[in-house]
Amino acid sequence: MAAAAAVAVKHPGAPRNLTEPIAVRVGLTLVALAYLLLFLLVPLAAVFAEALQKGWTAYVNAVTEPVALSALWLTLLTAGIAVPLNLVFGVAAAWAIAKFDFPGKNALITLIDLPFAVSPVISGMIFILLFGRLGYLGPWLQAHDLKIVFAVPGLALATIFVTFPFVARELIPVMQAAGTEEEEAARVLGAGGWATFWRVTLPSVKWGLLFGVILCNARAMGEFGAVSVVSGHIRGKTNTLPLHVEILYNEYNFQAAFAVASLLTFLALLTLVLKSFIEWRSSRRAESPSEPTA
Amino acid sequence: MSIEVRNVTKKFGEFVAVNNVSLRVPSGELVALLGPSGSGKTSLLRIIAGLEQADAGRVLFEGEDATARDVRHRGVGFVFQHYALFRHMSVFENVAFGLRVRPRAARPSEKQIQGRVMELLKLVQLDWLANRLPSELSGGQRQRIALARALAVEPQVLLLDEPFGSLDAKVRQELRRWLRRLHDDIRLTSVFVTHDQEEALEVADRVVVMDHGRVEQVGTPQEVFDHPATSFVMGFLGNVNIFHGRVEDGQAILGPLHLDYPEHPHAESLPAAGYTRPHELEVDRAEGAGGGFWAVLRHANTAGAVVKLELVAGENGAVQVETTREQYRTLHPATGERLYVRPRQVRIFLEPR
Repeated sequence: MAAAAAVAVKHPGAPRNLTEPIAVRVGLTLVALAYLLLFLLVPLAAVFAEALQKGWTAYVNAVTEPVALSALWLTLLTAGIAVPLNLVFGVAAAWAIAKFDFPGKNALITLIDLPFAVSPVISGMIFILLFGRLGYLGPWLQAHDLKIVFAVPGLALATIFVTFPFVARELIPVMQAAGTEEEEAARVLGAGGWATFWRVTLPSVKWGLLFGVILCNARAMGEFGAVSVVSGHIRGKTNTLPLHVEILYNEYNFQAAFAVASLLTFLALLTLVLKSFIEWRSSRRAESPSEPTA
Repeated sequence: MSIEVRNVTKKFGEFVAVNNVSLRVPSGELVALLGPSGSGKTSLLRIIAGLEQADAGRVLFEGEDATARDVRHRGVGFVFQHYALFRHMSVFENVAFGLRVRPRAARPSEKQIQGRVMELLKLVQLDWLANRLPSELSGGQRQRIALARALAVEPQVLLLDEPFGSLDAKVRQELRRWLRRLHDDIRLTSVFVTHDQEEALEVADRVVVMDHGRVEQVGTPQEVFDHPATSFVMGFLGNVNIFHGRVEDGQAILGPLHLDYPEHPHAESLPAAGYTRPHELEVDRAEGAGGGFWAVLRHANTAGAVVKLELVAGENGAVQVETTREQYRTLHPATGERLYVRPRQVRIFLEPR
């Protein structure tokens, strides 16, 4: 009933006879809620139940042991490297695609989507093939005493590759919708390219940008496949949180595995809260019409 | 500052938007570029602004070649059709933008900016909206803010792209009279684009009629209205009745119209068309002199400043006539009545074969 009332409030102008009968509305809402409960909330609750099955002390021990802390640190580090780089790349790519016409534009759009199309495991293996001991650049790297795979740079590279579409994909439609008139207006008023970008282009897409960054960050922290291949699973050295969870689980240390998993869950929940806050903010902006009305 | 356009051509792929156009706008004039959509008027305006590069030809400001000058340094104010206000900035910041992005040496102090912006907002009579966002304004208000923003940088030339295009009829009329008064006050060389002939004739000092990327005619509103140079100009500037036919031996036989045409005294027959405006036709019950014809009154629209009559002249189709309310009352014709239609003025244009 509450859901039906909310629908009615959201569309005050919708005539009664255009909405579905109340039974249909309530029924559909219940189906959706049941689905959410079964596939999202139950597993979520299970994570915390399992994590706390041996009590609070065991939980705290599992998440504060040095190996877990190092995994947490490594996860934050890779995300901290990948997200800013993809932010810069994404803004540059979206700017180029949305505001300019150039040959090869469609090829660039396709390339940006590539990580979505390729299985993460394959992307990890590409880096082994390139930088591994037997890879194309392996001997050169060894001669110069540089370590990429089975080390932090490899983790960062794999994470960057897997997450680079997010910011660009989020920004391109927003920038295209904004058009180029405001930039033209800025130029006529004497603004250079740099001032136009900082004062006009970027502020007009800031919510889309933040949204892209959050999605990018969520994926960067949760990435398993690609990272698993290049990590080498060296405890306390090259294990990120998802990898650490897997190791604990494979050692039948279920309680610790779920405790560490709950950390990732917290990160995910935080992301979701931020995401819905941003959606709420940007929808509020969208409601005030920006198109000419009179 | 005067503007001169010399032999400018602009193509978009195969489409020729502007075809070898030359034009002079004397300093201080308000000029309208008038034409249907696709006539190249907006492209020409954007080339003058520097937002578009011409494929050939030159643009001169005050006799000085500005073709290669960047849009930032042309000293033009540009008002966009959809305003293009910065939607995340307040009205005040929108108007202040052009001053704030100046290089440090040329940038006015915060206090000067404050003063200048409020002065401009008073000029457009919207100083009470300084802290609003563009999305909170009506279309007419946005357009005036866009104008204030363009004027803030003290441009030498003001260019307006369909400035009233997306406003409703009443706001549009008010705003164009206001623009005319504003121009009379500040006397800034201005060019505006419009597809509305009434707007062009009412506001502009001079009208440039364009079609298919070419200039058809340049003149004062009176000149282009009373002495259209081509059939296109005649047809575009207001309603018109067209009678197709031919000219030969100093005579024009145009459907039901038979007129003298001394301009073509030769025996060779050429296709031609007679153009006459609804108010240049008279109706009467008696047959008068001057090569008119009989037609049946089908409908009279008396709701308006003039009475609009629709008549049918045999197989020659419908004829529109406008008459004063007094004449209509005196004559008082009934629907279905046969009336004699007499042209006071017909312009004859030879048609391409």
